[in-house]
Amino acid sequence: MASAVAATADGPSLLPVPFRVAGTRQDTHDTWTLTLEPRAGPPLPVFAPGQFAMLYAYGAGEVPISLSGGGSDRTLVHTVRAVGTITARLCALAEGDTLGVRGPYGTPWPLAAAAGRDVIVVAGGIGLAPVRPVIRELVEHRDRYGRVTVLYGGRAPEELLYGDEVAAWAARGDVVIETIVDAADAGWRGRVGLVTKLVPLVDADPANAIAMMCGPEPMMRFTAAALGDRGIGPESVWVSLERSMKCGVGHCGHCQLGPLFVCKDGPVVRHDVAAPLMAVRGL
Amino acid sequence: MQTIPELVADAPAFASLAPEHRDQIAGCARNRVFQDGAMILREGEPADTFHVIRTGAVALETHVPRRGAVIVETLHDGDLLGWSWLVSPYRVAFDGRAVGTVHTIEFDGACLRGKCDADPGLGYDLLKLVAAVMLERLQGTRMRLLDLYGKGLG
Repeated sequence: MASAVAATADGPSLLPVPFRVAGTRQDTHDTWTLTLEPRAGPPLPVFAPGQFAMLYAYGAGEVPISLSGGGSDRTLVHTVRAVGTITARLCALAEGDTLGVRGPYGTPWPLAAAAGRDVIVVAGGIGLAPVRPVIRELVEHRDRYGRVTVLYGGRAPEELLYGDEVAAWAARGDVVIETIVDAADAGWRGRVGLVTKLVPLVDADPANAIAMMCGPEPMMRFTAAALGDRGIGPESVWVSLERSMKCGVGHCGHCQLGPLFVCKDGPVVRHDVAAPLMAVRGL
Repeated sequence: MQTIPELVADAPAFASLAPEHRDQIAGCARNRVFQDGAMILREGEPADTFHVIRTGAVALETHVPRRGAVIVETLHDGDLLGWSWLVSPYRVAFDGRAVGTVHTIEFDGACLRGKCDADPGLGYDLLKLVAAVMLERLQGTRMRLLDLYGKGLG
């Protein structure tokens, strides 16, 4: 009989641990945020921002979902977009329901390397979810970092995530938040255009800046190029990659990207490593 | 208070122009202020002006039946607003609506075309400037056509 061990000396167990849905929040027409608590047994190891869990909708299957909050205690917060059968099942979960969780997996955002530097966070669409823990850390320990800029691109105003929290960050006055959408109806008073249009607004010392990006790969390619034009090179830019992650521990090979297993060597990878691989068509 | 030639000389949008060309176009320029909601450009009307936004935001819009006005792009401090003045039949393609108070340098398109015809060096310099803006916006538009944040690619 398998024991309910959440972690071994080699890393997290491959056995899903039952978690209870402690809360749900509908963020947009197709996106929900789930707050999860372990039902019983030992908690999972501590998650770091950038890492992901395999969420198991019983009877449907598993999907990798990055942490969008919690993680340092027993609580996990994941923001899930209903794009397929499994994610639709996850989004349909109600408070009190049970799902399986294993993790944490993957590499975290380089928060230690960001200390004392100007920090630029770039998110596109649902990509705001994996960087939300980073922004929370930057905001909560504001004195540890230089100038902080968050650039957020979305499809439409009604599809932007975490509206109240983003507004609260912007209201602080010590963090620059710039948002842009692809298109909007006339009532929208914010920016409309591509997220790269926001890069010239960044106030940062290129020699002492670090950028963290999460979003569709073409968006990250173009944004990285725009940051490069500002003198912020690929060695100072980190991206979160997305591939078909299945096992989470680099055994099955589904997420292989050249020499990398994105589940184990990523998802957070420095852009000078990721860029040549992202440029290979078919990888 | 800065004179029009000084404003034109200081505008980042014209940094690529030769100094003598900046002086030449300043002769076709004047200051404008638009209040929130004012139509700076209106779709279908003759394109006889263009603007460089000094401060403020302008929404480029078009009307979609049963949806109303849709913003396709916003322009901000330092951006160039309007290029239809340069290409026949000189007709505005989208509405340009002020979002908040907007200060611009407005240029008379016919005046500029006349100067460009008389001085091809100025015309080429100005065309390169406008083409660079067109290229940037075309690339941005193409990227948005991919609907990157939609379910298919996001």
